[in-house]
Amino acid sequence: MLTAFAIVTDGLVYAAYLFVVAIGLTLIFGVMKILNVAHGSFYAFGAYGAATAVGIYFDRGLPDAGGFLFMILVAMAIGLVIGLVLERGILRLAYGRDEVVIVLITYAVFLILEDMLILIWGTGSLAAYQPLVAAGNVEVGALILSGYDIGLVIFAGLLALGGSYALNYTRPGRLLTVVIFDRETAAAFGINVTLVYTATFALGAILGALGGAVMAPKIAVTLGIGVEVIVLAFAVVAIGGMGSMEGALVGALIVGLCRAAAVHLVPQIELFVIYGVMALVLIFRPHGLFSRAEPRKI
Amino acid sequence: MTNRSTLIGALAFLVLAAAAPALPPWLISLATIAFAHALVVLGLVIMWRAGLVSFGQALYYAVGAYCVALVSRFTGITDAFVLIVLGGLAAGLLAVLVGFLLARYREIFFAMLSLAMSMILYGVLVKTEALGSTDGFNVAPATFLGYAPEGAMLNLALFWLVLVLSALAAAAIGVYFRSVAGAIAVPVRDNEIRIEFLGLSVNRLIHLKLVIAGILGGVGGALAAMTISHVDPNMAYWTTSGGFVFVTILAGAGSIAAAFVGSFAFEMLRSIAVALLPGAWQLILGSVLLITILFVPDGLGSLFMRKTRGKEGEPA
Repeated sequence: MLTAFAIVTDGLVYAAYLFVVAIGLTLIFGVMKILNVAHGSFYAFGAYGAATAVGIYFDRGLPDAGGFLFMILVAMAIGLVIGLVLERGILRLAYGRDEVVIVLITYAVFLILEDMLILIWGTGSLAAYQPLVAAGNVEVGALILSGYDIGLVIFAGLLALGGSYALNYTRPGRLLTVVIFDRETAAAFGINVTLVYTATFALGAILGALGGAVMAPKIAVTLGIGVEVIVLAFAVVAIGGMGSMEGALVGALIVGLCRAAAVHLVPQIELFVIYGVMALVLIFRPHGLFSRAEPRKI
Repeated sequence: MTNRSTLIGALAFLVLAAAAPALPPWLISLATIAFAHALVVLGLVIMWRAGLVSFGQALYYAVGAYCVALVSRFTGITDAFVLIVLGGLAAGLLAVLVGFLLARYREIFFAMLSLAMSMILYGVLVKTEALGSTDGFNVAPATFLGYAPEGAMLNLALFWLVLVLSALAAAAIGVYFRSVAGAIAVPVRDNEIRIEFLGLSVNRLIHLKLVIAGILGGVGGALAAMTISHVDPNMAYWTTSGGFVFVTILAGAGSIAAAFVGSFAFEMLRSIAVALLPGAWQLILGSVLLITILFVPDGLGSLFMRKTRGKEGEPA
């Protein structure tokens, strides 16, 4: 019973983290049909930025709440800048090329950003544990849960609700949906698709950096975190159906719970189970759980 | 055109084989690894011609490498020829199996699923302590039909072996490209449904490509394992696959020779970049890749081909 409870809580926390990372990836794919390998770099930049922000803010006797805000704002600012520079500077040149070629472009950008990270922050690792300590612990029965983890799950939940509200009930969200369904028709109806693309990519980058920021206190912010997270986010998005927000949520829950179950029951298969589930889902639903049927083009 | 490139290829092969003893040892090692990787890249080129990019080719590479390492460790067989055949077969068999699944997918979904496959292997290797976990384990020095060279001579022998296998593979792939199954790749990329109307099964054509690429990946991995004398799970990680894709794009799908030249250039570029700017070599590689994709879409190989075509006045 205790194990089952631990699996569910661990799974939820992990799913929350995966969702925050994957939502930006799925947004960019849904609107622009770009599978963005550089998303891992957004995550890493967000994490490094947040860790730096935490280092600047905490231990100065300022209120803790401001520290959380500062950490998140710094990461979002970094995401915004990188997103805009990439979209306007590089991706703009490649629109209309093969989807697979654009994947390779983002791969090149990923390689470049990985080293920019080293040039800016060096090869050492950063610690940003203060927010984790500040959030305290909550005792639920025999289990001790971190307040930060609970906050993370709530944050992910709010993000899902907010995202779904924005997409379905606000004007920019509806415009986005139109562009997702048919870019050319949307353009013909006078929607500024170029602007939508730029905004989407910047938003996706902000979300990626945000994912890094909220994870920074929980992990050692070190080299290679972007490399790891990108394949995880791919798995989540592929399971859910690329470009679908419900899909990202369900995918994150599936991966989160499966991994938590594996960690508690059969630790040997921890890494393998994520991609095993992904392969299994793709065998039966080649385009993921929540994908729209694509018309065949002759 | 074909005859002339075959002639140039054969000439390059002879010159390289003859010059090898005079070359510095580091260059021999680098070239051996580069050509072993070029075999894997050749597999990617075959798929790229049909518009498919595999972000999981490291799967076959790692299977070939681990096959060599395991067989030599547990059976004591160290004969390079036997090991390479086994490595190629193991990877080829895996490709046959995985192919039933993968051949149904295209574009990004193909890339993602092949990525998942290689990551599954990575997960298994990392967590299996009998296989050395994240450290991997060493591979015994190779022998050649009873001949057991050591040190510099072993490197030279491996280089000649890689060279011969590269020549064989290049010739065989050349034949394949001119066959119906190979020549249909570009039409598959342009319009699959029309190929189906011609009465050909696209899935089966792609399955065949996957198996050929798998075998090449396995042989490349086997050769790499013998050259490095070590295997570890990173051989199956997605960044390894990314490196192979990188060379494929750099070289372009236009010619077989480009895969070898491209792979050699890549290893050279990487060695030089690591030596000069240890903290920024990915930056250099990434920039080169970006510039190649944006301004030389068909790969660096296309620069030379366009020139020769222009001279002969052939239609492009």
